[in-house]
Amino acid sequence: MFGLQRKGRLALAAATLAVGAFALAGCSGSSGGTASEGGDSGDANLSITMLPKNLGNPYFDTSTGGAEEATDEFGGTFEEVGPSEASPTSQVQYIQTAAQQGAGGLIVSANDPEAICDALNEARDAGVKVVTFDSDTNADCRDLFINQATAEGIAKIQVDLIAEQIGDAGQIAILSASANATNQNAWIEMMEELLASDHPDIELVETVYGDDDDQTSFDKTAALLQTYPELKGIISPTTVGISAAARYLSTSEYKGKVALTGLGTPNQMREYVEDGTVTAFALWNPADLGYLAAFAAQALITGEITGEEGDSFEAGKLGSFEVGADATVLLGDPYVFDAENIGDFDF
Amino acid sequence: MTAATASSNGRVAPARVYKLHARPAWRRFLLTREAAIIALLILVIAIASVTVRNFDSPLTVTYLLRDVAPILLIALPMTLIIITEEIDLSVASIVGLSSVTTGILTNAGWPFVAAALTAIFVGVLCGVVNGFLVTVVGLPSLAVTIGTLALFRGIAVGLLGTTAITDFPEFWTDIAKANIPGTPIPVIMIPFAILAIIFAVLLHFTPFGRSLYAIGLNKEAAQFSGIDVGRTKFILFVLSGAVSGFAGVYFTLLYSNARGDNAMGMELQVIAAVLLGGVSIFGGRGALHGVIAGVLLIGTLGSALRLAGVTSDIINVITGVLLILSVVSASFLAWLQARRSAAVGKKKGRAGTSPDGS
Amino acid sequence: MTVLDTRPVQPGSSSAAALVRRIATARETGILIALLLVIVAATVANPSFLFSGDGFRDLLLTPSLLLLVAIGSAIVIITRNVDLSVGSIVGLTAYLTGRMFIDIPGIPLIGVFIGGVLLGGFLGLINGALVAFARVPALVITLGTLYIYRGINVAWAGGNRINASDLPKDFRALGTDRILGIPILTIIAAVVLIAAAWYLRNLRSGRELYAIGSDPAAAHLYGLRVTRRVIGAFVVSGALAGLAGVLYAARYGTVSSAAGFGWELQAIGAAVIGGVAISGGVGTVWGAAIGAFLLLTINRALPILGIDDFWQRAVVGALIIGSIVLDRVLAVRQHRRLIAQREVDR
Repeated sequence: MFGLQRKGRLALAAATLAVGAFALAGCSGSSGGTASEGGDSGDANLSITMLPKNLGNPYFDTSTGGAEEATDEFGGTFEEVGPSEASPTSQVQYIQTAAQQGAGGLIVSANDPEAICDALNEARDAGVKVVTFDSDTNADCRDLFINQATAEGIAKIQVDLIAEQIGDAGQIAILSASANATNQNAWIEMMEELLASDHPDIELVETVYGDDDDQTSFDKTAALLQTYPELKGIISPTTVGISAAARYLSTSEYKGKVALTGLGTPNQMREYVEDGTVTAFALWNPADLGYLAAFAAQALITGEITGEEGDSFEAGKLGSFEVGADATVLLGDPYVFDAENIGDFDF
Repeated sequence: MTAATASSNGRVAPARVYKLHARPAWRRFLLTREAAIIALLILVIAIASVTVRNFDSPLTVTYLLRDVAPILLIALPMTLIIITEEIDLSVASIVGLSSVTTGILTNAGWPFVAAALTAIFVGVLCGVVNGFLVTVVGLPSLAVTIGTLALFRGIAVGLLGTTAITDFPEFWTDIAKANIPGTPIPVIMIPFAILAIIFAVLLHFTPFGRSLYAIGLNKEAAQFSGIDVGRTKFILFVLSGAVSGFAGVYFTLLYSNARGDNAMGMELQVIAAVLLGGVSIFGGRGALHGVIAGVLLIGTLGSALRLAGVTSDIINVITGVLLILSVVSASFLAWLQARRSAAVGKKKGRAGTSPDGS
Repeated sequence: MTVLDTRPVQPGSSSAAALVRRIATARETGILIALLLVIVAATVANPSFLFSGDGFRDLLLTPSLLLLVAIGSAIVIITRNVDLSVGSIVGLTAYLTGRMFIDIPGIPLIGVFIGGVLLGGFLGLINGALVAFARVPALVITLGTLYIYRGINVAWAGGNRINASDLPKDFRALGTDRILGIPILTIIAAVVLIAAAWYLRNLRSGRELYAIGSDPAAAHLYGLRVTRRVIGAFVVSGALAGLAGVLYAARYGTVSSAAGFGWELQAIGAAVIGGVAISGGVGTVWGAAIGAFLLLTINRALPILGIDDFWQRAVVGALIIGSIVLDRVLAVRQHRRLIAQREVDR
């Protein structure tokens, strides 16, 4: 009789805890359910799930904002999920959850071109439309890819900037994101080709990977500057990398002596442009990218387009866009920010 | 707990009663920690099916079992190790190293089966290293496995850096993700079921398994009663390495991704699940059905909360709270029991010295 | 009973020689030599490792954060416990630091430091109370709190991170400025190190930690307040991790919810390499400090020596295993020597 009370107490206490957790979760679950019921046009399922490379990255915060704005415009529901670190396998869980929840559209920036392919295809089998943006996967696992600019254009502009800043001769290094990231790897490959063909006096000594993590990028910049005392310039084609590198450079003795350029957001880089650490860098508008991706997802869900080459769709305030080869939609061209125009932007 | 065979007047020799079997069978089976965890698991599943949207779709079972399979696999030998009062923190690093081995060999053109077998062999080697350091050199397993955790993970990361090998034969990646035809249960459950039965038989129905409990309760007494403690522990670490190697191959196929930092942190999830399942960290107590229920409980909670839109961090918090509650409650119950038997003993003592007193 | 000591005087048995011998054979000296060797090798390969302004500064600066956490870990390990939650405490206090600056504009720097240390100490108190009162191995408790604190950190931060622009300039300057050529963070860490070493060596409560780690049952029977000391050790470990979190924000500027991830194993590794035995009762915080320096300097030196710095973890693992094997060999030898001595003295 006594034994029953003791063991029973344990089970009861734990059960109460679980019940409590579920009461909370159940409330949020059911309220999530009612929210998706309202505000959709016709009978299309306009629930959009956004899955960036990782959360807590200001670049993706901006693109998520753009996508959310677009979703509000066409009356869908929006949700952002994501892992805290930019590794290939960490996105799989969220894709699976989106498939289980029956999302209408999934917008993804992939950490690896192959690793999430199977999960994405399973989601597509479950009826989810998959749109990749910013960083692509293999073409057969997604319905559309929204590219911010051509890889050649992005590579060229960064190479041109660094060549200009170091006088077209000397050693440079690249501080990239994660080692498997599709977009950075595509750009780096183009950059290497451009350097070989157009800038024979510039030597690329090493490419290091900051994993889109601030501390890692910071430490890797320090290591680069130590290991290569002759280094003249660093290209960082990732907004996390360039801001960490700028922060390290601005307190280091190499400030002003080693040029830094790449892809950065104006808000993060403003301080370093103003104090002279960075002369010029490039980017596009990530909010527009997210906006376009959301509208593309909506067009797929409502059946307006199927992803075939030549399809065209309306993207709200950005106008109409046409699908190109490989089911790719191009946003535009990269833009150069420097001391003169950096005050005009807020993202 | 002795029962007098005659009525209260006169002293009769108490009949011999075996404490473990003194209570009726239903009490023995249902009033254990393992039963409590199983009951909790059923409760969680029931509540989730009702309150969380989309929980009852077959996809849920498939995703859940697929994702939790490596932890289920590794929890089997880990249970045995913790019962003998040792610990193996290097299991996740062995998974990573075996994953990297699979990737590198497959990339080099080896047939996949050969690569996978080599990876499992690498796991066995790692287990041998652990076992050697613990049994022959005589080091505490906590320290050894903290060192090998870093060493094996370091070798894995050193071999591949942060690049990932993602090209694997489709035949094998499809098998890893396939379900048993006609059910939502993934194919990996078949090898797991086989291993679970083997380990259960090993633990509960062989002298080797009984010796594990003896070692956990009192190592010196076990040694003196003829059990080869060193060899037993060595075998356990080798088993752990082998199963971790196998889990590494499966993990690689599941995500089509061999990377140096695969399964980082998994050792803590395994240990948390094993402890939740009723195995005592002090050794000498535990059973496999509780551990399996513990792993499934954590997996189900995670899956249900994710579906309900709760972020994965709350899941970690709940895992931690459950872990602490389970071990603290075990201590608390033991303390209560000691108080109770002390009180009973006191009462008996008083009754013994003054027969016509209270 | 006084007995005339008629044994002949052995050469080298004077107290000065004994002191020299003790220092020479001390574990700490061994790893200090290893550290110097690594620095020399790296500097030979690339003089700017040590001699450039940045190089010297970074050499001293980067390990000072881990040093604080390693000191705390050493104190806990000496009592025969382990604290796996320090990494999560660092992350949580680093985020708190950022939030304090954002939500309470104009807060004085000292307020932020106190807040961080208090939070860390409080989290350590929870650990200590659970370990001391529930009689559960610290491994399990701190495993649970590792999850809980990290989960709270991520839940609180959400996807946000503290950006460098949210922190006031003079706070961030702490992370890079120097006094007399030595970075401020290193000075803070050195002060803490000296205080901890003095406490463990000279104060009774510090010595009691060693007693508890050597033999908890004997310490209890002897009348030491084991519960109080153990809780104190965890509070100190948490408070030091809290301080490290505040300094993390000063050094790196950006704090995400992954700050401090994995630091617990680095700290334990540093302590073990530095001679703090995992079974408790042995070791000093000097050893842990040198161990922390050694680990992170190896990290920096490897790329200069041409080895991919991915191999750093493997080197650390090999060092840990080597240290504990060495500990064991020495302990066995000591045991045999004591038995032989007992036979001789009989």
